[in-house]
Amino acid sequence: MLAAELVRSARALAQAVRTRRVAARAVADHYLDRIARHDGAVKAFLHVDPADVRRQADEIDRRVAGGDAEGALLGVPVAIKDNLCTRGLPTTCASRILDGYVPPYDATVVERIRAAGGVVLGKTNLDEFAMGASTENSGFFPTRNPHDLARVPGGSSGGSAAAVAAGLAPLALGSDTGGSVRQPGALCGVVGLRPTYGVVSRYGLVAFASSLDQVGPLALNVDDCELLTGVIAGHDPRDSTSRPVRWSELARAAPPAGSALPGLRVGIPAEYRSEGVDREVRSGVERCEKLLVEAGARLVPLSLPLTQYAIPTYYLVVTSEASSNLARFDGVRYGPRDAGRDLAATYAATRARFGDEVKRRIVLGTFALSSGYYDAYYKKALQVRQCIGREFEQAFRQCDLLLGPTAPTAAFPLGEKSSDPVQMYLCDVFTAPAPLAGLPALSIPCGRTAAGLPVGAQLQGPAAADARLLAVARELEARLALDLAPLEAPRGS
Amino acid sequence: MAPEIELEPVIGLEVHCQLATRTKLFCACEAGFGGRANSRICAVCTAQPGTLPVLNQQALDLAITVGLALGCTIRARTKFDRKNYFYPDLPKGYQISQFDEPLCEHGRVEFEIGKGELRSARVLRVHMEEDAGKALHPEGAASSLVDLNRAGVPLVEIVGMPDLASPAEASAYLQALRRTLRFAGVSECDMEKGSLRCDANVSVRPRGGSKLGTKVEVKNMNSFRNVERALAFEIARQTEQVRRGEPIVQETRSFRDTEGTTVSMRRKEDADDYRYFPDPDLPLFEIDEARIERLRAALPETWLARRARFAHEWGLSEYDARVLTEEPAAARFLEGAVAAGLAPKAAANWIQGEVLAWLGETRGGFDALRIGPADLAELGRMAEGGELSNQAAKKVLRRMLEEGVGARAAAQALDLLQIRDSGALAAAVDEVLQQEAKIVADYRGGKEAALNALLGRVMRATKGKGDPGVIKSLLVARLSG
Repeated sequence: MLAAELVRSARALAQAVRTRRVAARAVADHYLDRIARHDGAVKAFLHVDPADVRRQADEIDRRVAGGDAEGALLGVPVAIKDNLCTRGLPTTCASRILDGYVPPYDATVVERIRAAGGVVLGKTNLDEFAMGASTENSGFFPTRNPHDLARVPGGSSGGSAAAVAAGLAPLALGSDTGGSVRQPGALCGVVGLRPTYGVVSRYGLVAFASSLDQVGPLALNVDDCELLTGVIAGHDPRDSTSRPVRWSELARAAPPAGSALPGLRVGIPAEYRSEGVDREVRSGVERCEKLLVEAGARLVPLSLPLTQYAIPTYYLVVTSEASSNLARFDGVRYGPRDAGRDLAATYAATRARFGDEVKRRIVLGTFALSSGYYDAYYKKALQVRQCIGREFEQAFRQCDLLLGPTAPTAAFPLGEKSSDPVQMYLCDVFTAPAPLAGLPALSIPCGRTAAGLPVGAQLQGPAAADARLLAVARELEARLALDLAPLEAPRGS
Repeated sequence: MAPEIELEPVIGLEVHCQLATRTKLFCACEAGFGGRANSRICAVCTAQPGTLPVLNQQALDLAITVGLALGCTIRARTKFDRKNYFYPDLPKGYQISQFDEPLCEHGRVEFEIGKGELRSARVLRVHMEEDAGKALHPEGAASSLVDLNRAGVPLVEIVGMPDLASPAEASAYLQALRRTLRFAGVSECDMEKGSLRCDANVSVRPRGGSKLGTKVEVKNMNSFRNVERALAFEIARQTEQVRRGEPIVQETRSFRDTEGTTVSMRRKEDADDYRYFPDPDLPLFEIDEARIERLRAALPETWLARRARFAHEWGLSEYDARVLTEEPAAARFLEGAVAAGLAPKAAANWIQGEVLAWLGETRGGFDALRIGPADLAELGRMAEGGELSNQAAKKVLRRMLEEGVGARAAAQALDLLQIRDSGALAAAVDEVLQQEAKIVADYRGGKEAALNALLGRVMRATKGKGDPGVIKSLLVARLSG
């Protein structure tokens, strides 16, 4: 058993390994033990190789014993969403079409975690190819919310969020295309950051919608979230859409510690207070407003009327890009192949492994890009996307960041929305706009419902304001004074 | 259509040319030819999940150079698009290409027809794209094989306007385009190795008409001769069809080498919808004026300019100037020999004679030569200086080409250096004069021709190495004594 203060903070954990207060092997054993005991109920992980985890931890211990105690994540296990490539470890995107696929390389973010002394703990469940908001679309099994096992953890990074919330991993990586880090973060009561597009390399992130995908950290608290961001962020020459900037340069733009809130102009869009938002979620956000004002921030009521077009725009862009990105899964070069009597039959049989939601999006995207419809759908969506970007730019002339709910409701029961794709798509209503504009956004826990389910608040900022968002969130988190310890054990059944 | 109306063909070529880069267009794999299947592949060009393309800047430079060599305007901003279709040799399920904003536009190709008449045809656009791999279908095998060595190799597609009026013009255009690209140093343009590939759009219309007929695309022509054969067949086929009053169907046809015919591959209605859209993995690329000017300044002299210079400045015959500008290596060899001190005409003569004959026999190119232009210059100097007779020099050059040795070494090895030392020749002269008393008497009796007979005897005695001038003066001196 690790000391209570160590399971609450990855930074403290790394420091404890660095100072040899605790061995990396003991840390690994702690989390492997928790996974063994609780993941049968939560089902956050698709793949854990205990021997490999212990081998990595032992290597860290040897390094430390040899006097090399460098690395921000020294001995800290990190759970990796299974759409991030890990050399030698299966990477399936929770899809039957990649069943058994083992990549020949590490994603840049995984490489950086290893270089920082982190231990790759395992691969977490997701909605197949990150398409979904509940992790029910996994091709293998759904993940459950550790706060109530009858409910979803959100998605698509549901496995990563649930793992952190349940204390199965101190840190996790997710990916956020339209809210896939922030929304499960909110539903599981953990912090999740979607960085500015291009701040974190996409090399090794299996593409869903390339112009929107960003890797983001999930953590128990803002400090840990920033710790992991600092490790994974920064220019990568292998990703041509990567911003030519280092995290240390972005971090310099943040206000000095303790000074983020006084004078802060917090935009409160009227559209984020719509009828569709659950009362308990709204009261969580209102508590944030109150605390921010008490700390010297100023609320700026404003309007983002294009918010209503974000979902249709988002779904045209992502389905179009996905239809092309998923073309490579044809059974020719890797992954399972279901041979038919000829090429077309082989393609059809192999690609029948895609789940319904993935097929639906491929069909929608193929249609939106097809000749005769391109102008009416894809091109129009790109135009609206630009308008949404301009609307954000205007808003950020009046305020420094925007505050609102991350998701309209707390975690919903498994099965509630799985038969109604449109209801599921509406989960993204507050999280889809920022990706369309390439902006950073994060979700922090801001309270609980009467039933004890976590509620999240979302902060959105202008491009490259990631460090400022984290600074504001850190001070807001302190004032919210929530218990941010991982769950002792999953609740419910 | 009334049968008496005369029809004329309208042809435009779409040419794919492989850029001579060291590495592929979007990854660091070598962009070579041949080799073991799948020996030049990586995570990127096999489209492993999660991999991303990074543009090869050398390829972009070469593509801009193609545009400049064809007189195109170069776009200040360029983007890449995805062309989506399924085939096992296309790893990503899409080809990264350029759709509506090609890198280069509005150029022209100058070509020669008949006895050197210059014509020109317009180029609509030049765009960059990556090559696909190769699907192999071994005879009798239960399954096909895929070789991805070629996947991701950089290409430019040069789309010509329908400005060509005959198969001969099309072939001449293609050869001139090839020569232009080779002289610009952007590509090997080897049709056999597939680094130059040509498709044609063909239609027929009433002679002198302005409206284009329905076009047919012809593919799979892998030599200049086949371009002509395929087009001749296709024009005859369309002409006959129009005369019979049947409409031409818009379709893609494939040339069959063995039969010399074209057969339908697919009709317009079954054509793929490629669902082009901008590749979100690649940003817009800004091409600044300085880059274009740097490449323009580095553009090698064109074959037409070189030909004019060889003829007018160096005094080569039109024929020599033409032959020596057919390929850049020939022109470079000539220029190198001249730079090494050989007179242009002499250099041209040696290259035209022995060197080209050797290349013809060995079916090699200038790149395969084992001697350099400086070696040829050395040979020329030795011949001019009298160290080698003209006959001997030819033998020496032959040996140089065969063995890859310098002129002096070859001459020594063949023992062909002329004997010019009168001391060394005097003995031979005296011996001949003793043996040939009758000829000597003839000469003394006033028969001038007898001197040549004596010269011949001495030459034979010295195995042809004696300098005839020196021998002659020795003979005259002895006989008049």
